[in-house]
Amino acid sequence: MFHDADALLLARFQFGFTVSFHFIFPSFSIGLASYLAVLEALWLKTGKTLYLDLFKYWLKIFAVVFAMGVVSGIVMSYQFGSNWAVFSDKAGPVIGPLMAYEVLTAFFLEAGFLGVMLFGMQKVGRRLHFFATLMVAVGTFISAFWILSVNSWMQTPTGYAINADGQFVPAAGWAAIIFNPSFPYRLVHTVIAAYLTTALTVGAVGAWHLLKDSKQEHARKMFSMAMWMAALVAPLQILAGDAHGLNTLEHQPAKVMAMEGHYQSHPDGAPLILFGIPNDAEQRMEHAIEIPKLSSLILKHDLDAPLNGLDTVAPENRPPVKVVFWTFRVMVALGFLMLLLGACSLIARARSKLYDWPWLLRFALVMGPSGFIAVIAGWMTTEVGRQPFTIYGVMRTADSVSPLAAPAVAMSLIAFVLVYFAVFGMGTWYLLRLMSHAPHAHEPDLPNAPAHAAGITPAPALAAAGAKESGHG
Amino acid sequence: MDESTLLTNVWAGILAFAVLMYVVMDGFDLGIGILFPVFGVGRERDTAMNSIAPVWDGNETWLVLGGGGLMAAFPLAYGIIMTALYPPLIAMLLALVFRGVAFEFRWRDPAHRRIWDIAFTGGSFVAALMQGIMLGALLQGIHVEGRAYGGGWWDWLTPFSLLTGASVVAGYSLLGACWLNWKTDGETQNHARRLMRILAPVTLLAIVGVSIATLFLGGEYVDRWFAMPAVLVTAQVPLIIAILIWRFARSLRRNYELAPFVITLVVFGLSFIGLGISMYPYLIPNSITLQMAAAPASSQMFMLVGAAVLVPLILAYTAWSYWVFRGKVAHEGYH
Repeated sequence: MFHDADALLLARFQFGFTVSFHFIFPSFSIGLASYLAVLEALWLKTGKTLYLDLFKYWLKIFAVVFAMGVVSGIVMSYQFGSNWAVFSDKAGPVIGPLMAYEVLTAFFLEAGFLGVMLFGMQKVGRRLHFFATLMVAVGTFISAFWILSVNSWMQTPTGYAINADGQFVPAAGWAAIIFNPSFPYRLVHTVIAAYLTTALTVGAVGAWHLLKDSKQEHARKMFSMAMWMAALVAPLQILAGDAHGLNTLEHQPAKVMAMEGHYQSHPDGAPLILFGIPNDAEQRMEHAIEIPKLSSLILKHDLDAPLNGLDTVAPENRPPVKVVFWTFRVMVALGFLMLLLGACSLIARARSKLYDWPWLLRFALVMGPSGFIAVIAGWMTTEVGRQPFTIYGVMRTADSVSPLAAPAVAMSLIAFVLVYFAVFGMGTWYLLRLMSHAPHAHEPDLPNAPAHAAGITPAPALAAAGAKESGHG
Repeated sequence: MDESTLLTNVWAGILAFAVLMYVVMDGFDLGIGILFPVFGVGRERDTAMNSIAPVWDGNETWLVLGGGGLMAAFPLAYGIIMTALYPPLIAMLLALVFRGVAFEFRWRDPAHRRIWDIAFTGGSFVAALMQGIMLGALLQGIHVEGRAYGGGWWDWLTPFSLLTGASVVAGYSLLGACWLNWKTDGETQNHARRLMRILAPVTLLAIVGVSIATLFLGGEYVDRWFAMPAVLVTAQVPLIIAILIWRFARSLRRNYELAPFVITLVVFGLSFIGLGISMYPYLIPNSITLQMAAAPASSQMFMLVGAAVLVPLILAYTAWSYWVFRGKVAHEGYH
């Protein structure tokens, strides 16, 4: 009933499915942790309870997002061994230490300070609590650093040798492995994506509440902050994406050929294919709508520069074009819509209509999930574009997989799909419900904040201290 | 012992420490999950859950270190073991999904709190059971061919692995009850004490049962424990057990709060050392030694530099986090 090829395909589906789901949560929590740190810092600096209310509002959402990120992340840390045992054996000596550093420097930091961040405000005082928030935010960033280094090394492997057992081993010092050629670009592009994703979500929540009541003070503040982020960061992201693309052209040309849909080489200027239907079987683009020479201009900064196509790549080394071509277009289109949103917000701000221009608010609302879609689309572009390799140009995906029976993988894939859709579907529903409540003055704490007999500051004393401090402010 | 052998042994020690940290710390979390249905809906359950809400995530991180560290330091064994234990591993991971989200979800959705309580208990139970089964499946041996797993995908399921599975469920439950005895008061604490009286003898039986069954697995286990000089250690085991039973019973009688938890930790620690004696120098019994599975010294050294600095730091801020949430859990949160 099943063959080896099925087992490979199932394992790929499972990894793609679980990693895509997982990636949604960190791309939100990286940005949200930083946003929370900013809100708490503003509260400590200005003493305005508006910031504290916003902090508590988004903290409840962060708690749910973070929990989902943790449980979907543990799956990833074991799935390398369970489904990609040969890959783990061969690449473990190089990427394993980087992942171990991720655990030691990031996961423990986040988890160790999360309890205090969520429940400890009354116990440790404001400054120490802010420190905890900061550590969680820093932890999310460090985590991105290491895991993107691992991923980048798989895309552009450097600094390794191969030993007698066929394992990749470090050969030129660890800096050559960690700071491999695509890493700086990928790190910048992905971290900005996380901030942008968060800003768009925060902006959409603000817009939703402003549409109902444009005077709502808390919604105004979060919407304004989010739109500043969109206006400033969306153009930066397009520049970062462009630089990342040029880096990919240098190190993984076949991926760029698939992104561009260039089956054929263009010796005197390649067209930019806006839309088309890739046909991998016949290696040609059907119904293409193209702008002559524009691709050469973008990639080579020269209208007539020659660009190679997939016809220069051995057939067994070509990535599947369809997925790469389409996901890339989705990501880019959303990126430009984000730029447009940022620009509109600047115009509205200049005209003092930021909070009561319904079309802008509706636009921002619709753009709420766009960051997540762009992140997943971009991730698929880069990962599918790496195929048919796990370690680009050196180790094939087909040679990386565990010797598992196909029915075992089929069963686990079905279980993952059912559980993830049920559990994370419910989680998303809870998030939407939390977001649908308007933030307001005296935003309540987490409902489950555990009280402990020892170390509690008695409530009246705390209230008095609060009154005194705001008196100073 | 040359340098690379020493390095490999140091890493085996660090990973063993990570696994032990995971087992005792998430052990009481999972134990509370397993015992959850026994506690009354409302105050008792809320208190039990709140006693671990601020720390469970940090506790679980030791599991990630176990997996990530195994991949980094012993990549060959990581691939073979995770493939061989595929079904129980996937079941454990999915169970941990349910268990983990229940901490947040049950407060978000009072109308469906019952469902998330079931997810919490079911997740905790299955995760504990699968961890025990994986331990048993590893102890009974894994069929290795070349550098890969060579067995079928049901090899892990044997009476022995079911016995170890059930034993871990019992042991975690006892840890959970002891934790609640320490961290709660009133009705929840009384409830935990009643459970401890049942779970302590069950856990003891389980440990003795697994120890004896291990000897019948064949291989080197019998020699390991009954040849000189190991037999000198083995001979002390009944005495140690007797002392621990006496101390535990006394602490129960006198209503001590912390002592039973500490004694249970000691039992877990001793059992773990026993496992280490059974396994060493193998990582996969009778087929893959630590040396065979080890990553090159350059990889292990690079990590050791970080681990030497970071593990003490992690222990320090983890201890601080426990200190912040010290004392009994009060009944009413900040509702």
